[in-house]
Amino acid sequence: MLIIDCPWCGARPEIEFRYGGEAHIARPADPAAMSDQEWADFLYNRTNPKGLHAERWRHIHGCGRYFNAVRDTVSDFFVTTYKAGEPRPDIGESGK
Amino acid sequence: MQKFSGFELFRRALGGHKSWQPQWRNPEPKAEYDVIIVGAGGHGLAAAYYLAKEHGITRVAVIERGWLGGGNTGRNTTIVRSNYLFDESAALYEHAVKLWEGLSTDLNYNVMYSARGVLMLAHNHHDEISFKRHVHANRLNGVDNEWLSAEQVKEFCPPLNIRSMRYPIIGGALQRRGGTARHDAVAWGFARAADSRGVDIIQNCEVTGIRRGPGGAVEGVETSKGFIRAKKVGVSAAGHTSVVMAMAGVRMPLESYPLQALVSEPVKPAFPTVVMSNTIHAYISQSDKGEMVIGAGTDAYTSYSQRGALHVTTHTLDAICELVPQFRRLRMLRNWGGIVDVTPDRSPIIAKTPVPGLYVNCGWGTGGFKATPGSGNVFAHTIARDEPHKINAPFTLERFRDGFLIDEAAAAAVAH
Ligand SMILES: Cc1cc2nc3c(=O)[nH]c(=O)nc-3n(C[C@H](O)[C@H](O)[C@H](O)COP(=O)(O)OP(=O)(O)OC[C@H]3O[C@@H](n4cnc5c(N)ncnc54)[C@H](O)[C@@H]3O)c2cc1C
Ligand SMILES: [Zn+2]
Repeated sequence: MLIIDCPWCGARPEIEFRYGGEAHIARPADPAAMSDQEWADFLYNRTNPKGLHAERWRHIHGCGRYFNAVRDTVSDFFVTTYKAGEPRPDIGESGK
Repeated sequence: MQKFSGFELFRRALGGHKSWQPQWRNPEPKAEYDVIIVGAGGHGLAAAYYLAKEHGITRVAVIERGWLGGGNTGRNTTIVRSNYLFDESAALYEHAVKLWEGLSTDLNYNVMYSARGVLMLAHNHHDEISFKRHVHANRLNGVDNEWLSAEQVKEFCPPLNIRSMRYPIIGGALQRRGGTARHDAVAWGFARAADSRGVDIIQNCEVTGIRRGPGGAVEGVETSKGFIRAKKVGVSAAGHTSVVMAMAGVRMPLESYPLQALVSEPVKPAFPTVVMSNTIHAYISQSDKGEMVIGAGTDAYTSYSQRGALHVTTHTLDAICELVPQFRRLRMLRNWGGIVDVTPDRSPIIAKTPVPGLYVNCGWGTGGFKATPGSGNVFAHTIARDEPHKINAPFTLERFRDGFLIDEAAAAAVAH
């Protein structure tokens, strides 16, 4: 089980959290202006990297809030967590 | 290829079994092939076999970063069934089941396909109406699947506890032609048969790049053993598909998750069929070695680590202990994980890509072992003819753009 550091509550076991998928995918401001391909990219296409991944987590059985994390998908090591709305920390593209 | 038969076994026994040759070669890569398949899992090996057998294309290499069959093919719980809801899926999986039925003979290799039935348990009203809907849809597609009452479930699989549990069993859907096959034998059988038709299987060789020409078309692959030229490249890399496709600049509608399984110590035959429960989340069958083979759900987060969390397998074992209380005394022998590539609609992609000469077979997620021969068969067709077989024509990448999802996820038939 992973130990995840909620920016509000501190380190807690994984079962208190829900995974929220890739972070920093903003809903387009004007969906009607987009092509079908752009809309599909937004809805479905994901980076799915082998290495560092910026992702959303929700502390559902704690404070209930969403936050972001950078995790290495090769080792599952959490490099950092940060509050929603903050930019992705600059720690390179890939852990491997 | 040395043929396997009872007579050959007897004849070579007289020589102390010393005259058997390795079942496939271990060649160095040639400079150029007509087709390169990335990934020597069951799907990639099957595609190579059918390219040679049905399309006469034998200048084929299957390139594998590890050892053949060491990915999900060698890690899965081997459940085979075709009772999917939608017409497109039923046609695809049924194509595979038909091939399974004759596969050992076709490959001259015992893949131990055992049609012992796959029984999906219903624990609530929603399960019941959803399974009955599947039974009817399957009947229209000529796929066998039948509804059993709780008593019939108990009769078909006596070790099951149907009543004294938190979510009692109220019935089940049974596909009698479903069952299991020996995962390693499937990889080995396809490898041996493909090799004997001239396919080069190159192990311990990682594809690190996809080279494209000035017009964008594929020219070959960079590997840890150097550049290998080919005008057609078929990616069949399961959990690593996003990584390989990124080498050609293609973003995929995929996420890779760990999926875990575990086996018990071997015991005498004690479990006659395959039982699956989506609702309390457990799958179990008994291997021919005697181990209880148990599968969990995916872990919560994307990962390439090939391991998952203990609480996920514990959750599954809780369900198994309720379903089959006498198995509480079994000790678990091993557990492991594989990395499964999941699409948004839980249906695979077997298709051409925006890059000329690049083909992809992926998105099988938690349930692609059952499709191995069928998937390889239609993928070979797609590569050889540069157009899909009618069975895989709906399973495109563009369906996500055009809104033609094959939403087995919503149909609650996502399990193995
Ligand atoms: C625990 C578990 C249980 C499962 N249970 C079932 C089940 O009961 N029934 C069912 O139908 N399905 C099941 N599945 C799913 C099934 O295993 C897969 O869908 C199927 O085996 C995929 O086959 P494949 O040949 O595409 O993939 P794999 O066997 O994973 O082959 C892909 C190969 O590509 C190679 N590769 C990746 N990247 C590169 C590269 N850059 N260069 C060279 N080679 C590369 C990998 O090393 C690997 O060998 C299960 C999966 C798991 C993990
Ligand atoms: Zn919190």
